[in-house]
Amino acid sequence: MLSFMANRFARAAVTMFLVLVIAFLTLRLSGTPFEFMYPEGLTPELEARLAEKYGLDRPLPEQFVAYLGQVAQGEFGRSLHSREPVVEMYLRGMPHTLTIGGLALVLAIAIGIPLGAAAALWRTSPGARIGMGIAFLGYAVPHFVIGIGLILLFGYHWRVLPTTGLDTWKHYILPIVCLALPMIAGLARFMRAAMMDAISHAHVLTAVSTGAPPARVVRLHILRNAALPLITVLGLEIAGLLNGSIFVEAVFSLPGVGRVLVGSVENRDFPVLQFGVIAYAAIVVAVNLAIDLLYVAADPRVRLEE
Amino acid sequence: MTDAAAPPPERRAAPPRAPLAFQWDKATFAALALAAIVLLGVAAPLIAPHDPDAVDLVSRSLPPVWNAGGTWQHPFGTDNIGRDMLSRCLYGIRTSFGIAALGLVFSSCLGIAIGIAAGLGGRLADRLLMTVVDVFITLPNLLLMLCGIALLGSEIWVLVVMIGLVKWEGYARLVRGQVLSLRETGYVEAARTLGASGWRIATSHILPNLASPLVVILTLAFPGVLLMEAGLSFLGVGVQPPTSSLGRMIGDGRDYLIHSWWISGIPALIIVAITLCFQIIGDGLRDRLDVQLDD
Amino acid sequence: MTEARPLSGVPVAEAAALLEARGVHVTFHAHGGPVPAVRGLDLTLARNETLALVGESGSGKSAFARALLRMNAPPFTRHRATVSGSARLAGAGDLIAATESDLRGVRARRVAMIFQDALSALNPVMRAGRQVEEALAMARPGLDRAARRAEVGRLFAEVALPESAALARRYPHQLSGGQRQRVVIALALARAPDLLIADEPTTALDVTVQARILRLLGRLRQERGMAMLFITHDLGTVSRIADRVAVMYAGQIVELAPRETLFAAPGHPYTRGLLASRPGRRRPGERLTGTAPDPREVGPGCAFATRCLLAEAACSAHQPLRQVGPAFVRCWKVPA
Repeated sequence: MLSFMANRFARAAVTMFLVLVIAFLTLRLSGTPFEFMYPEGLTPELEARLAEKYGLDRPLPEQFVAYLGQVAQGEFGRSLHSREPVVEMYLRGMPHTLTIGGLALVLAIAIGIPLGAAAALWRTSPGARIGMGIAFLGYAVPHFVIGIGLILLFGYHWRVLPTTGLDTWKHYILPIVCLALPMIAGLARFMRAAMMDAISHAHVLTAVSTGAPPARVVRLHILRNAALPLITVLGLEIAGLLNGSIFVEAVFSLPGVGRVLVGSVENRDFPVLQFGVIAYAAIVVAVNLAIDLLYVAADPRVRLEE
Repeated sequence: MTDAAAPPPERRAAPPRAPLAFQWDKATFAALALAAIVLLGVAAPLIAPHDPDAVDLVSRSLPPVWNAGGTWQHPFGTDNIGRDMLSRCLYGIRTSFGIAALGLVFSSCLGIAIGIAAGLGGRLADRLLMTVVDVFITLPNLLLMLCGIALLGSEIWVLVVMIGLVKWEGYARLVRGQVLSLRETGYVEAARTLGASGWRIATSHILPNLASPLVVILTLAFPGVLLMEAGLSFLGVGVQPPTSSLGRMIGDGRDYLIHSWWISGIPALIIVAITLCFQIIGDGLRDRLDVQLDD
Repeated sequence: MTEARPLSGVPVAEAAALLEARGVHVTFHAHGGPVPAVRGLDLTLARNETLALVGESGSGKSAFARALLRMNAPPFTRHRATVSGSARLAGAGDLIAATESDLRGVRARRVAMIFQDALSALNPVMRAGRQVEEALAMARPGLDRAARRAEVGRLFAEVALPESAALARRYPHQLSGGQRQRVVIALALARAPDLLIADEPTTALDVTVQARILRLLGRLRQERGMAMLFITHDLGTVSRIADRVAVMYAGQIVELAPRETLFAAPGHPYTRGLLASRPGRRRPGERLTGTAPDPREVGPGCAFATRCLLAEAACSAHQPLRQVGPAFVRCWKVPA
């Protein structure tokens, strides 16, 4: 087990390192920030002196180390557009993104997992078929298309829910549903497959042969065993959550982190972009690592590898 | 040796079929529908009733023909500056599929090349390249693409390259597996001693075996790539006007949803249809492959 | 060796019979159509005897055993199966017609079944001791946690598992093949069953372990006075453990005889073929050729006719079991 964990930690470290390299290169390759500071124009001598002052004439690896130092201290510079500190821009949008993402995750787990489990146990009932049919749809269609659909249905056709911004609690409903729908579908599909696989294992037969009632068999022998790969899938879904929230915030014009990130790409605002990249990547890597470790702790076959 | 619950004669149920064999089921219908859509896109320059970029402020924001106020002049209506929606949709399909296809070609070439290099090269090269693959998988795709686009702009070639760069690992793994198994047969060594170059070995022995699994992987990967471009264009960082893709149209029409739902709605419906077709085809392919594996 | 009871093939008097199966048919509903796995099986099992059910794969032996406990219904198995006929268990009535809750009671306290692959028969994420505790909870609900654990220790000792406390805390993958099978046996014994159905329990084990498990089963049966229905395709195992032997072919019993009679003077050509096909036999001329037929394609007559050297036209007629000395044989060519 230890070697497994060490391996995972190493992978996470390497990935984060690569991300930092990419962020750094993005920043440097995008040109110097001096044109912005001196909109009236730079003379070559002025540029050279500024470059020397800010250390931009040193070799790249040295600059990279300096960059790492800055990152470690939380120094991410200022937006090229608004001159605001980058970190502040993101911190403003963070609570909204986290709220919507968190609630969507809870909703997806609360609905998706039972739905998939029920579909596996009552495989032939019409309800299960319908449920999985909806899941089928929700799984493949991208977030922004779902968002458009939701807006048209609830904002236009029935006019019951607001579709832009986050002023009241009602404004939260559509974005959360939009974000959660593909996750519900994915979790349901997965849970159904995992349970059907667990059911086919011989130990279920053994359990039935001891005279245990079906509910007990399901609880102790099927659900338990299907829970393991579920952990891994949850990790993947959480990573997908970050992706999805970028699109959901665009569709519903929400003042979250995603909007800052996309805006930075449109405006070529590299200091803002590099922080977004690093932060998102760090979250994804951390979640993946946590999931890996959780899985190892939960599966006795891996944990007790002699 | 007794089986779990079913007696052995069950094995005689059906003879093994090739996964790509023709059969009238859901997947085939979906494939036909998809082919029809692609054809419409390819034929866009021939069948589009209007120039997709022609601005006509007099007839702007016209609803589709089945709504009140619609006209057969513009069966799908017009957008907020009077451009014909039907023509834009046709060209949009063309653009979306075009970029997705190019991106896939790029990523498969890249993946195959790296896979061959990993397989034929020494153990060190293999280890190195596979580590690269593993790390690449964990990097978040969207972020990589955003960085690339920010640096290089939103030209078509950038999109193609970016899409290609985030999707090549699958092919690399497949090819590497093929090469390695071929190596185990000693064939590669023999060919080498006879003087055949790596290139020769690759083209005449490895690639032909890849055709079938490659087609399957490409089919399964296509919708993801298509939706990637659509998503980027929707956000505004994908294709830029005057070029238009389905995703871009949805993004542009977002603000007019309440008044003119068709500007975003119709391209969205087209995307849903395309996605559904791919999903059915993908599931059908996977089912057939599983049947094969069981035998 | 178990004390040989002078049992013959004659149906045991009803009062002493533990299990009486009459006209059992088991048909699976697979995608290609119905598959008749068991075609009219009659069997009587006395208390305290070991009956070996022998046959090749697909002969229907497992299907019959599982039908007794109704272990062949979805969602827990792949295909639906219809069972007809009767199988009376002393003190419990007809198992085939019983309600689900009654049947659960039978599974929990009267009849236990152990399967071939012990590794997959045990839940990989549950500790070994806990799984036996679960069976105990079903069989004797009056026991509290501590009493159950004590009982588990006792059961482990009975199946000759060492250091029962430490072992109980282990997971199945940490045990050897033989240990796992002993845990599975302990799981069965927890119910103090009157009948133990063992479905090829030693096939997946090493030869030396096989012998030990067989000895264990024989000893347990004698000590506890259980009946055992031992399903196997291996005649070597049969010779070591059975009192009576029933040979199955294509869903029917073709020969039913006491152990000595079967090995010394086999009646049915199929039985003779089986015996001759054992490695190292001196008469290779009688070895079996060909494969078992698809049960779907078998007609009303003798199913073995296609492979039988003695087959004639009359073999295509329905063949009942005829008494031949102490045995019963389903072949009209065997002299009485």
